[in-house]
Amino acid sequence: MFLETKSLTKKFGGLFAVNSVDFSIEKGKINAIIGPNGAGKSTFFNLISGFHRPSSGAVIFKGKDITTLPSNKIAELGIARTFQTTNLFEQSTVLDNVIVGHRLRTKSNLLDAVLRTKRLKSEEKKCREKAIEVLDFVGLTHAAHKQAAGISQEEKKRVAFALALATNPEIVFLDEPAAGVNPDETEGLALLMEKMVQKGITVCLIEHKMQMIMKLADKIMVLNYGEKIAEGTPDEIKNNETVIKAYLGGSAIA
Amino acid sequence: MEILVQQLFNGLTIGSVYSLVALGLTLVYGILHIPNFAHGALYMLGGYITLTMMTSLGLHYWLAIFISILAVGLVGVLMERFVFHPLRDSPPIHDKIAAIGILLFLEAFAQFVWGADYRTMPTPYDQVIHIFGITFTLQRMLIIVSAVAVMILLYLFLKKTFIGSTIIAMSQNREGANLVGVNTNKVAMMTFMISGGLAAIACSLAAPINLVFPGMGQLVILKAFVIIILGGMGSIPGAIIGGYILGFSESLGATYISNDYKDIIAFVLLVIILSVKPKGLFAKEGH
Amino acid sequence: MAAIFKQRNIITGLVLLSLVFPFITQNEYYLHIMTLSFIWMIGVYGLNLLAGYTGYLSLAHAGFFAIGAYSLGILTVKAQLNFWLAFILACLITSFLGFLIGLIALRTKEHFFAIYTLCVGYIIYLVIDKWESLTEGVRGLIGIPAPSNIGPISFQTALSQYYLVLVILLLVILIVYRIVHSLTGRTYIAIRNSEDLAQTIGISTMKNKLTVFVLSTFFAGLAGALYASFVRFIGPDIGSTAITFDLLTYLLVGGLGTLSGPIIGTILIVWVSQQLQFLQDYRMLIFGPVLTLLIIFYPRGIVGAFTGWKHKYEDKRSKNKDIPNDSLVKSKKQVKEG
Repeated sequence: MFLETKSLTKKFGGLFAVNSVDFSIEKGKINAIIGPNGAGKSTFFNLISGFHRPSSGAVIFKGKDITTLPSNKIAELGIARTFQTTNLFEQSTVLDNVIVGHRLRTKSNLLDAVLRTKRLKSEEKKCREKAIEVLDFVGLTHAAHKQAAGISQEEKKRVAFALALATNPEIVFLDEPAAGVNPDETEGLALLMEKMVQKGITVCLIEHKMQMIMKLADKIMVLNYGEKIAEGTPDEIKNNETVIKAYLGGSAIA
Repeated sequence: MEILVQQLFNGLTIGSVYSLVALGLTLVYGILHIPNFAHGALYMLGGYITLTMMTSLGLHYWLAIFISILAVGLVGVLMERFVFHPLRDSPPIHDKIAAIGILLFLEAFAQFVWGADYRTMPTPYDQVIHIFGITFTLQRMLIIVSAVAVMILLYLFLKKTFIGSTIIAMSQNREGANLVGVNTNKVAMMTFMISGGLAAIACSLAAPINLVFPGMGQLVILKAFVIIILGGMGSIPGAIIGGYILGFSESLGATYISNDYKDIIAFVLLVIILSVKPKGLFAKEGH
Repeated sequence: MAAIFKQRNIITGLVLLSLVFPFITQNEYYLHIMTLSFIWMIGVYGLNLLAGYTGYLSLAHAGFFAIGAYSLGILTVKAQLNFWLAFILACLITSFLGFLIGLIALRTKEHFFAIYTLCVGYIIYLVIDKWESLTEGVRGLIGIPAPSNIGPISFQTALSQYYLVLVILLLVILIVYRIVHSLTGRTYIAIRNSEDLAQTIGISTMKNKLTVFVLSTFFAGLAGALYASFVRFIGPDIGSTAITFDLLTYLLVGGLGTLSGPIIGTILIVWVSQQLQFLQDYRMLIFGPVLTLLIIFYPRGIVGAFTGWKHKYEDKRSKNKDIPNDSLVKSKKQVKEG
């Protein structure tokens, strides 16, 4: 198994945000998590990426228990994630913003910086090259030298992808990657996700745009009130009674 | 035993003042998430305005306090309008620096207008009373009674009036309040008005048993921060209880530990709290 | 034309100016003021690394400044240590205390961090004020020696002290410059932008923040030790929050998170304060509102406002010329701002 959760549970106060979820992510596929607002999707991401400690249960990545690792250690293992909103350093260029993404694969420290050692110089070169490479991959070469403050919403999404890719991940978790962009741009981002999979990077995303998910995903999990209510291919999900009920009975489909 | 009772009474007096100051601070924090470092300067300003009204215009103590409440409340509103409102979308570090700027200005302003000397505020209630073996001035009794009265009034205002309930609604959920049609601008101004007014009352009550000087707000505001971290940032009952806890700790600490270091008690308390619970006592785990 | 205003050139220009300054004026008082300004700048650079680049507003910096100053004072006056040994120890003691305090303080964030450090600063001040057997309390510590000779170089005159402080300041600037323009500096800026994001791209935020905090207190202690040996008399007031607010004003006016901001802000404010001597205690009547207005309208101070203006100007020009997209290669030579 590539990455799986075993009865993963998170309680806030007395409420279950995520309740005993078993989910396995398939390598080299696009996995999606859907569900009504407040279903616990983001919390589920936060548990896997180490932002919250689960109340119980486990997260296993390539046979290794990563449940209690801090998020930076999880990133080092090859698990990257994006946020719904990415705070960029607006006064700096896009390229400058992405360079730091490869920092976790470097070793130079404060002393290297003060003494300008060879190690620092070669690592800076390495990070810069990596940043140029991933910006090219996400199709932002033209914007590399723009100020981050001046780029569009869609370009910001791509920068977030680039930043995640710069960490050399094996799997990327994308939190609503297409929120706030228009349908054409959504199409472009979907293509980008497919391109990531072709490159051998597993994708797992949370999304509200149903059409996009049904077309894109290989496997879908549906959460409702923190519990997994269904899991399967898009076709299976479309015809699942419980899912239909949850969506019609609860909040509207976004 | 008598010393203990006397110190408990003193603690109640100091605690009342602390609670009032902390209430103003916690209201503003609850609504706008601003740690208002300038709150101590509002406190100081309240003291000077009351003093000036009494000495220069010869007004009665209560009338002077009333004018002081209005004036400091107005300063609070102006602060919200001209400083914190424009900064509402800025990084949090900006609010703090802006507040520090206001604090520095108001202290310099007080020194400029009223001088750096320590002044005493007269009070019509300086009679000394002996009851149950303890000795106190009527003013101290007045502090406790007035503070409790103000707290009850504030409670009624927040619970029973429409504008009060909008303040509560907004402190619980700003966006939600906005959606259901609460005028967030008005609520923010109102909160600053009340916050300033509370500071003015607190200082006007406490000034007769202390002294009035430009730096008088510095220690008080630091302690008020300790209190609201103790009681939970934004929590109203927390501010009241925290205020009295600190008041008692200080008056007992001054007697039984060291008078020299009594001011340090609050800070040591805070350092310990934040060392153990970095988000303060009663912090909820967020999503 | 725009090249003249690059931060690096501004700094080079100011360095040259400060090197020849003593030859321009024979006025000892001006020399004294400049030396003091340099000392403040060192402290401001420390504050800038932490608040400007990493996003943590510490209000305890006057406390660390005072720890540096008192360590030097006590070690030389009371323990009769060799000056330079005491000097190094003073910096180390400050950094060590910084390390211990940072270890706990940095678990808190934003408002809590500011309030926490404000309280820590106040505790430091109170301890210095009350611990009379060690610090002499309000009487202050008198008779701190000037720096002792290093080989043939003596530091007894005002001129030699001026150059000593200047050299140390230049070293500090060089260190900060190199840190800011390195992967390490990018790491700090990433933490300032979003700690969560930094953490997800694999940065150990706690380790990095602690490093900055310790370095920042080291600079504060260094400035304090220099101050003690230069002024030769210290009282508890140097640890008061007023000093922290002064440092903060210098930084804010110059430009939070900019490289030349600490120099420009400090020089400007110290100089203006000299001109406004008649205002003395009331100078905050002016600087208080300046601080508030700056943070509303020019949150990155004079330097930030200037670079912003410069960027707009360059954008306009590049749009007019419509430069083709070959800038990927060229950019390697560009000096980053930040």
